[in-house]
Amino acid sequence: MNFDERMQNAAVIGAAGKMGSGIALLLAQEMARLKNLPENKDKDYRLYLIDIHPDHLAGLLQYLKTQLVKAGEKACVMLRQMYKDREDLIENQDCINQYVEDSLSVIRTGTDLSAVKDSKVIFEAVLENKDLKVNLLKKIDSFCGKDTLYLTNTSSIPITILNKESNLGGRLIGFHFYNPPAVQRLAELISTDATIQELKDFSLELAKRLNKKIVPSNDIAGFIGNGHFLRDGLYALREAKKLANDYTLPGALYIMNKISQDLLIRPMGIFQLIDYVGVDVFQSISETSAHYIKGEDLTDDLLKRMYDKKVLGGQRSDGSQKDGFLKYDKNRPVGVYNLDNGEYKLFDPKGWTGDIDKKLGDYPSGFSPWKNLLMDPKKGDKLSVFFRNLKASNTLGAELALAYLKNSKEIGQKLVKTGVAKTTEDVNNVLLNGFYHIYGPINDYI
Amino acid sequence: MAKLRKKIYLTAGYNTISFGSGRKEFNPKKPRPGLEEYIQEAGRGVIAQINNPENIDEGIISNFMAARFNKQGNLAALIPTIHPSLEYKPHTRVEGACGSGGLALLTSLKSIASELSDVVLTIGVEVQNTVKAIYGADILAGAGHYLTERKNGHAYFFPAKFSDRAGVCYDKFGYDYMRKGMALWYKQAIENARKNPKAQEYHNSIEDLYAAGMTPPNPKAFVDHLNIYDCSKVSDGASALIFASEEGLKKIGVGKKDAIEVVGFGTAVADLTKAPEDMTVMSTTKRAVEKAYKMAGLGPKDIGILEVHDCFTVGGLLALEAAGFAKYGEGSAFVQAGKTNLKSELPTNPGGGLVGFGHYVGGTGVRQAVDCVHQLTGKAGDYQVKLNPNKPYALMISMGGNDKTVTAMIFKKAE
Repeated sequence: MNFDERMQNAAVIGAAGKMGSGIALLLAQEMARLKNLPENKDKDYRLYLIDIHPDHLAGLLQYLKTQLVKAGEKACVMLRQMYKDREDLIENQDCINQYVEDSLSVIRTGTDLSAVKDSKVIFEAVLENKDLKVNLLKKIDSFCGKDTLYLTNTSSIPITILNKESNLGGRLIGFHFYNPPAVQRLAELISTDATIQELKDFSLELAKRLNKKIVPSNDIAGFIGNGHFLRDGLYALREAKKLANDYTLPGALYIMNKISQDLLIRPMGIFQLIDYVGVDVFQSISETSAHYIKGEDLTDDLLKRMYDKKVLGGQRSDGSQKDGFLKYDKNRPVGVYNLDNGEYKLFDPKGWTGDIDKKLGDYPSGFSPWKNLLMDPKKGDKLSVFFRNLKASNTLGAELALAYLKNSKEIGQKLVKTGVAKTTEDVNNVLLNGFYHIYGPINDYI
Repeated sequence: MAKLRKKIYLTAGYNTISFGSGRKEFNPKKPRPGLEEYIQEAGRGVIAQINNPENIDEGIISNFMAARFNKQGNLAALIPTIHPSLEYKPHTRVEGACGSGGLALLTSLKSIASELSDVVLTIGVEVQNTVKAIYGADILAGAGHYLTERKNGHAYFFPAKFSDRAGVCYDKFGYDYMRKGMALWYKQAIENARKNPKAQEYHNSIEDLYAAGMTPPNPKAFVDHLNIYDCSKVSDGASALIFASEEGLKKIGVGKKDAIEVVGFGTAVADLTKAPEDMTVMSTTKRAVEKAYKMAGLGPKDIGILEVHDCFTVGGLLALEAAGFAKYGEGSAFVQAGKTNLKSELPTNPGGGLVGFGHYVGGTGVRQAVDCVHQLTGKAGDYQVKLNPNKPYALMISMGGNDKTVTAMIFKKAE
């Protein structure tokens, strides 16, 4: 069965979740494109979107519609080409409307797993829980054909374990999209010794069709992306606890978040990123990794306390950020959580956060925030100058930032050394494409 | 008509800010002024410069596509919202795509020339930021021929029309040669706009403008032969001024020192259903300008200020040729030789032009005339041109569609 035939009947399990909905969007678009090829005119295309929450499925359709309109607006040059033989579609608006309709028309939503019985390719994107995933995969495989291929979006559970416990005989691969799947260009591909060739080929073709950059990762819990992110976050938590003596815990969290964004020139501070991913998701990555990787402490009591208090971050269905380590107003951090009293301490540039900023010191010359450098063709040179000045600076901020950078680099190097990543370049590629960093952790700046 | 039989004056010009992306205060998510607000701001800006507004005999308003951008027709009936004395006067709305403003000038001029009016309030307006650019492209495509051009046209219909012209020019005159002229046109437009507080590009902070202008086109995301810097932006705004007879100037208490007069004009309209015969020539522009020169008894050597319709940089270069300033194929060389900058022999688009100032489509022709009023009466502020006394004339060219509806006017300071 070739790629296009397989894509005639696909399914996403956990489709109303953050990752599932993004994967559904990408698949619907590709299926609409296939459906519009002259040779496929009489073929039927089906994308089953299954989720256990019926109420979330309505929201999913609304999300897909909104995103398809946006995608259509962006791809209108291509759409006019795609619909060039449709005489009734004249204006951009006509083509975009048709595109949304074509994409939505392949979709069937539901809560009943058995709907996917004829699907030839199944994407699993349920909660990051091994037993749940295994039970689902086993159940689906009990009524699907034995030629059905499975792609799991797990971000940390070893594929070998999932494949073995679900008895899939190598018909399972790790295809780890980044959040949000429709935007992030990266996908980590995790195959195992058992993975059948057809599935590897399918996955590479899929990446090509969806315009994703593939980085292969070895089958070690957390893979490359979360392997780095988890340790980077744990480092920030541990540093915060040290700083808490002098600055209180909220102050320390504020400091680590601020320097990791500003002085590391990243798109978000580390705690904002954990909130974005979800404190619960981060905690589950931590637990899963700790379970499979021995000889390294990959848990943190502060993280656990946040999780137990149900201060979880994540996003609402409209995409707005929920409060977690930080409090948000219009998706911008405005305060930091105080574990002692369960309240948020609001930032106050004229008060306590202003005092901390003074202690962190002035930023070295050459500083420019991430968003200004992102598209700058001379960003390499500008980063060199900035990091040189950072090293020459003797402020508290610079000291913390340099230690942070050094640690981030060591994490990256360790991922190569322990065989998670094949090369330094793979590590850097994951951080560049999956986390939108403008330089890789393994660099010569530090 | 070989010559105007009476003197026709323009005065009391007013431009609103050209609003849209590029202005620091622009936020697509926040409420913005609408059609009425722009019409009122521009109209009242004019009235503030005259006495006895009750002596305005009529209003002419130009606009291209408010019926689609703003779901509003019957724009002439918005003129009375400017001032109570305008109620029940005979107002008219005119349309000629991007050349609508030129038609407003022409219609106002005719009314004075016919002696039906002594004082005409001329307004041009467009508010485009009501829709995303990709849908705005559908609306603006109405300036081409819908039945024969739209289906096979590009998503970005009008940029593609001029992209096609640029492509033929690249083949004929060389990519590098054309691109350099276009990049310099962009650079000059932005440098001029940075001196004009009402320009959309007033806040432009790109360091290396020439390098930006040299950006290779990206056909996947946009059109084949133009980059985004080659294009005027999506703009909201309005312009207004007074057309008056000698008698009319007295009625509104304006002295000649504050007025300019028309010495020649020409309008030419080509068949919308036909493709250009030669993509490297703006033949309709050429005819309109020739008519204006003929009536004025002047030629390119007499022009000291030029206002051209550079909706796209390549259009600016071709207009230089069509108006006789550069020989065929030499528009780019003309710009590369520095002959269009503010201190040159032919200061061109001193307020930024469409690329730098902005392009509120149906109002642009009126905006060009307002800039001529300001330049010739010494009121242009930081972008004031020092006029060569041997070349005391300003030429403006208002163009609609793909060189289809063109009005040229030549002015001098009133005597």
